[in-house]
Amino acid sequence: MSTRSVILSQLVLVAKEHNQTLAPLADDLPLLESGLDSLGFAVVVARLEDQFGVDPFSSDENVEFPVTLADFIGAYERLVK
Amino acid sequence: MSSSQDSLWDRVRAAGPLRRRLLRDDAASVTLSDLDGASSLSEHRDRLRGRSVLIATQKQLTAALAVIELDGIAARLVLCPPGRSLAEIRLIALEAEANALIVDGPGEPYDSANLGTVVQCSPRLKPIEAQDERRQSTEWVLLTSGTTGAPKLVSHSFASLTGDMQNPNAVGRDTTWSTFYDIRRYGGLQILLRALLSGGSLVMSSPDESIRDFLSRASASGVTHITGTPSHWRRVLMSRAAQLIAPKYVRLSGEIADQPILDGLRAVYPTAVIAHAFASTEAGLAFDVTDGLAGFPEGLVSQHSADIEIRIENGSMLIRSSRTATRYLNRDSNSLRREDGFVETQDLVELRKGRYYFVGRRGGIINVGGQKCHPEEIESVINQHPMVHMSLVKARRSPLLGSVVVADVVLNSGADLTPSNVTRETVSNEIMEACRRSLSAHKVPATIRIVATLEVSASGKLQRPNA
Repeated sequence: MSTRSVILSQLVLVAKEHNQTLAPLADDLPLLESGLDSLGFAVVVARLEDQFGVDPFSSDENVEFPVTLADFIGAYERLVK
Repeated sequence: MSSSQDSLWDRVRAAGPLRRRLLRDDAASVTLSDLDGASSLSEHRDRLRGRSVLIATQKQLTAALAVIELDGIAARLVLCPPGRSLAEIRLIALEAEANALIVDGPGEPYDSANLGTVVQCSPRLKPIEAQDERRQSTEWVLLTSGTTGAPKLVSHSFASLTGDMQNPNAVGRDTTWSTFYDIRRYGGLQILLRALLSGGSLVMSSPDESIRDFLSRASASGVTHITGTPSHWRRVLMSRAAQLIAPKYVRLSGEIADQPILDGLRAVYPTAVIAHAFASTEAGLAFDVTDGLAGFPEGLVSQHSADIEIRIENGSMLIRSSRTATRYLNRDSNSLRREDGFVETQDLVELRKGRYYFVGRRGGIINVGGQKCHPEEIESVINQHPMVHMSLVKARRSPLLGSVVVADVVLNSGADLTPSNVTRETVSNEIMEACRRSLSAHKVPATIRIVATLEVSASGKLQRPNA
């Protein structure tokens, strides 16, 4: 499975677990309008860290806070080979 | 000249002309000069003289008006955080020995609940005969953000709440404050009082509003000083709404401020003072750090001032200052402060290269986006699963939320004889499902790991990491 599809399926799963309705997952979708709350995102990031072995947002330097879904996926794609 | 006996209203008036100073939420706004000769509580205000008053309004604005009007009149003001059920409100009223209740919605359910005099509070002020005798020394009571069992009621005085606000000119007039916090909790109340005593205005948030709507409203009111938790600020940076405001002063507290969030705020607000503060309901405001770096300088600990003393004992921070709370209501008076006056914050720190960094909480309490979780509560739910032998709930640092909760689970030896991935996954899912059924969302583990063993200490206790 590609990095992108792992991330998308995790988003769908966590939204379902939290009874939240996801907006259509387009690249330019602002994360805060995705329907998943910040707790949901934190859960997604923790699970992706288990799957990929990296957390692109916890590094101590030059962390860009992701705004859109493309930013979020791109942060992983840069680290996961 | 104001004296320590002056009421909040006296101090508000002394801080500057009332005419252009506003208190505003998403639904209404009140100009402070309109409170002269008028009241949000109408003629009932005088009935609250000498009473223990529980403020249980839905909106923050009405709660703010009630405290301004009742300091110096009520014997005790108890600030009830939002979203409490009638049953919880009754429990708080009982613990606080409240004999009057302030609401801003329909009063009927309260009338029948035996909560004493019920008074409506409204931002539509009514003219009243001046009854401005405000000599009573009012006790202020706040609830801690602890989430299990009966709420802890923490007693403060006006002096302890405003200990570092003696010099109103320190921030300059014409400030407009805003906060993501609710003013009925310590962090938010600090900002209300700061705005009032510095001659400024305050824009309050609403749980029904998006970040963008709130910041647009704050911007329209000309916000200059704004505060929230690191989690609030991470959401701002993730929302593209950060540019809606151009504050002079940005403050973070309530959770550990890490370097990425400080750098992120510095990048979007290059000219603002970016401060992170250590404060808790019990310990009060301890200190501000303004050098843009996470943690705090070692020098703060050794430096003794009349104002505050910080001590590190066994890796944990203790605070003694005039801003600490006095006691817990209805609990042993020494349980909040030690006999030597120090408050044990339970926050663990580590010294690295001349700077102390927060590393977690003693007792393993985990802070998820500002909400506290006790690992034992979550473990007791997990351990009810018939295949679970034991479990350990711990924190995992989360860049987006401070921390999330994760669980390591040991299965019964019989249960794990044929350890296929399918059974493991099924058990994990069942545990997760059980947690979702009986715990609030922030307490449900983000991940569950099935492990072979957990470390147990010589005394037979689970080895808990410093979460």
